[in-house]
Amino acid sequence: MNYMILIPIAIYIIFTPIVGFFLEGYDRVVSSRLQRRQGPPFLQPVYDLIKLFEKQAIVVNNLETALVLGFTIFTIFSGCIFFAGGDILLVFFAFSLADMFLVLAASSANSPYSSLGSQREFVQMMAYEPMTLLTAIGFYMVCGSFNVSDIINQDVPAIIRTPGVFLGYCFILIIKLRKSPFDLSTSHHAHQEMVKGLTQDIAGNVLGILELGEIYEEVFLMAIVALFFVTKNPMSYVVGIVAALVVFFIMIVIDNVFPRVKWSNMLWITWGVTLSLAGSNFLILTMLKMAGI
Amino acid sequence: MPILFVLFIFTLLISISVSFTRNDKTRETIVSAGSIIMMLLDVGFCAWAFMQINAAGGSIEFLMPETLPVEIFNYVIIVGEIFLFVLISVLSIRHDKYHCIILSFMGTAPVLWMDATGHSVESGAMLRIDTLSVLMFMVVGLVGGLICIYSNGYMHDYHHHHLDVEKRPWFFQSMLFLFLAAMFGLISADNLAWMFFFWEITSTISFLLIGYTKSEEAVNNSFRALWMNLLGGCGFTVAILYSAFMYGSGNLTDLIYKGAWAPGIVIPVVCLSFAAFTKSAQMPFSRWLLGAMVAPTPSSALLHSATMVKAGVYLLIRISPLMTENLAGVMVTTIGGFTFFAASLLAISQSDGKKVLAYSTISNLGLITACSGVGQPAATWAAVMLLLFHAVSKSLMFLCVGAVENATGSRDIEDMHGLIVKMPKMAFIMTVGICGMFLAPFGMLVAKWAALKAYIDSNNVLLVIFLVFGSATTMFYWGKWLGKLFAVLHQSETLRDIVHKSEWYVMYVLTGLIIILCTTFPLIGQIFVQPMLSVEFGVTVGQIISDSDVRVMLMMLIMIALMPILAIFLIYNRKEKMTMSYMAGANAGDDRHFVDAFGGIRPSYLSNWYMDSYFGEKRILFPSLCIAAGFVIVLMILAIGGAIG
Repeated sequence: MNYMILIPIAIYIIFTPIVGFFLEGYDRVVSSRLQRRQGPPFLQPVYDLIKLFEKQAIVVNNLETALVLGFTIFTIFSGCIFFAGGDILLVFFAFSLADMFLVLAASSANSPYSSLGSQREFVQMMAYEPMTLLTAIGFYMVCGSFNVSDIINQDVPAIIRTPGVFLGYCFILIIKLRKSPFDLSTSHHAHQEMVKGLTQDIAGNVLGILELGEIYEEVFLMAIVALFFVTKNPMSYVVGIVAALVVFFIMIVIDNVFPRVKWSNMLWITWGVTLSLAGSNFLILTMLKMAGI
Repeated sequence: MPILFVLFIFTLLISISVSFTRNDKTRETIVSAGSIIMMLLDVGFCAWAFMQINAAGGSIEFLMPETLPVEIFNYVIIVGEIFLFVLISVLSIRHDKYHCIILSFMGTAPVLWMDATGHSVESGAMLRIDTLSVLMFMVVGLVGGLICIYSNGYMHDYHHHHLDVEKRPWFFQSMLFLFLAAMFGLISADNLAWMFFFWEITSTISFLLIGYTKSEEAVNNSFRALWMNLLGGCGFTVAILYSAFMYGSGNLTDLIYKGAWAPGIVIPVVCLSFAAFTKSAQMPFSRWLLGAMVAPTPSSALLHSATMVKAGVYLLIRISPLMTENLAGVMVTTIGGFTFFAASLLAISQSDGKKVLAYSTISNLGLITACSGVGQPAATWAAVMLLLFHAVSKSLMFLCVGAVENATGSRDIEDMHGLIVKMPKMAFIMTVGICGMFLAPFGMLVAKWAALKAYIDSNNVLLVIFLVFGSATTMFYWGKWLGKLFAVLHQSETLRDIVHKSEWYVMYVLTGLIIILCTTFPLIGQIFVQPMLSVEFGVTVGQIISDSDVRVMLMMLIMIALMPILAIFLIYNRKEKMTMSYMAGANAGDDRHFVDAFGGIRPSYLSNWYMDSYFGEKRILFPSLCIAAGFVIVLMILAIGGAIG
């Protein structure tokens, strides 16, 4: 075993919260400017999380606590595989395991809102799952490997040949980042028609653990956006980070512009986008491969 | 060699003695002891065969016992086939289902004619065992034996609950053993006519077991299963005739090794695939498997998930080298991929536990079918692994649902709400079974992953699309089932444990098997699957999933195993406030009732989503069957027409 991979893993675990808090603060500030209000300070997400951890946990059952913990641990673990240069398909599989922990936590609470939230989250997972797999496949078609360590060692950025996959991935980011119009199961905003949905019965420091997990997930999701631009050239990392920030900004704008849709609309639109953008991109890549280009 | 005979004859003897034992206690003892001895014999045979195969390098063939002439066996088979035909005819006449007689005649007559007029070809070995057969022997023997033991307790309770059903568990259990014997024959046969004979026996036993309750629904469903399987049998017969007259060969192995360059090889391959579609309940023949769920659960677990339906995909895996980049391969991958996706959509709308399991079985068989149709070693590797994991996980799931049904009186998933409180052990076992079906890092997902890579490498865009969308829908229906189990209801008591001890043991062993398979699959691949593939495809097949990935997955498994310990540690060290779930109105104290705006207490009910108006059988079953039928007809015509013209 190569111990050098522990370095990026350590960096990831230690510095991700900082990056995550930056993104969250950026989200809060941009949102409030878009809505023409003063809004919270940039560091508000940090204060929020600290306060959550200081609070006493009020739990409905112990199973839920354990499952929330599972969510955070496996989210961090999947990120570790990614930043250690592992297999990107395996990363996505580990992520769906983490998500499953979260939904099961909500199901175990056995309240109407949690239960509805969990069913909606299942629909969301069903909606974005094909696109995540196609993202991994897109990288494989272009780079000839599922390993992140090989994907970052290309001469040309992956986006040149996978624009459709990139756009499709950005589309499901709306679901993954829980942004309106697709924030069905739970929302970052104060409330929605089913109160807090998925996270309804999670409170205090247990909620803190969950939020921490979501911060790790957010940073990982944006890192995939950057991965589309990364090549051998160190400068490309800057391009990737800028691209991720731009995409994140667009997400915030979308969040503020669109009203929430019904689950069926989300499912059909997402599948349609997946099929038309990523599916056709994949078809063209396969045809190019068969033609030997 | 003798040990194979001992295994076969012993299973037959158990079957016969069970059928004559009317005393419950005696019969249960015979079944338990017989199953255990059978499993030991099976393991013994596998160990022996494995060593022989390693010594011989590839496979061992039996030209048929040195001491007995082949003719005796052929006479046995002729008599057996006539008996099956007469049996089917008599039962069909009794129930006015004459089309079954015609189909049975069409399937049996040509083979009998060949035997009678000396056109049958007996070249080469009658039986052949390679590492794939050894794996199948393990699955059939071990899972089969366990299910037979389970059937003791289950049938006892079943007749306790279903007083309207005529009590004849001896018939049921004797058929289970007879079926196992037939499966042993099927997976060791290399001669096509012999294989066909065992194939027809399994079809007939399935038919008899589906009709066990003799209710009108059961009889209708059993005849549907029968005619579809007999139709597939006709495809098998055409393949036998074609290879006998065109290639002068009656052996599967000949077909694979010598046939690869033979002109018109697509024709027998298409016919055999057609037979496999019916057996493995691929669309458009999927409806019989749904109907088969009326049978008592052990038969659903044994025949309709773990073994009999696997006979179809087993045959496809055998002939998969012949499907590389030809129309037969296109047909098999298209039907398999489509079935995988469509059946997983249909499973979403079902709330009956056994129906979900049935659709999931069809769906997974579709995936195995698609893998074998690619005709590349990596894809076939995935097919074998899927077969293995699915057999164990799915039979465990059936046994769990059966036990829950006997304990609570319902097999509806909605009624399993809060099973983790009501039957904690059962919920744990079911969780392992469900996770084994779709979640990383458990079995099926590994194989699906290998399948995905193989599909991409073979440039099959349609199949990749089917797979990614089918995985998403699969996750949905399993996930929501899991959610039901995990709901923690306060003020709710553990149900009295009325599940028989023997049933628990069987479920524990199967759970253990799943865990063992999850941790040792690279080894199984290396020892059993890769050598077989290397021989069949004539290329050296290396590792399919890389070491580093396996290491990461093992790490995940260990982490999941450690989760409960961590959780206990966490819970004991904290002073947290326990509260009731939030229910908009005040929680009335038991998580099932709330106080409404007028102060009255109302019940609340949390349901899963079934989306019947989108994914219901009424809406998408018929179109899917039509599409699949269209695919089968058009591609068969294209393939056969292309080969002839």
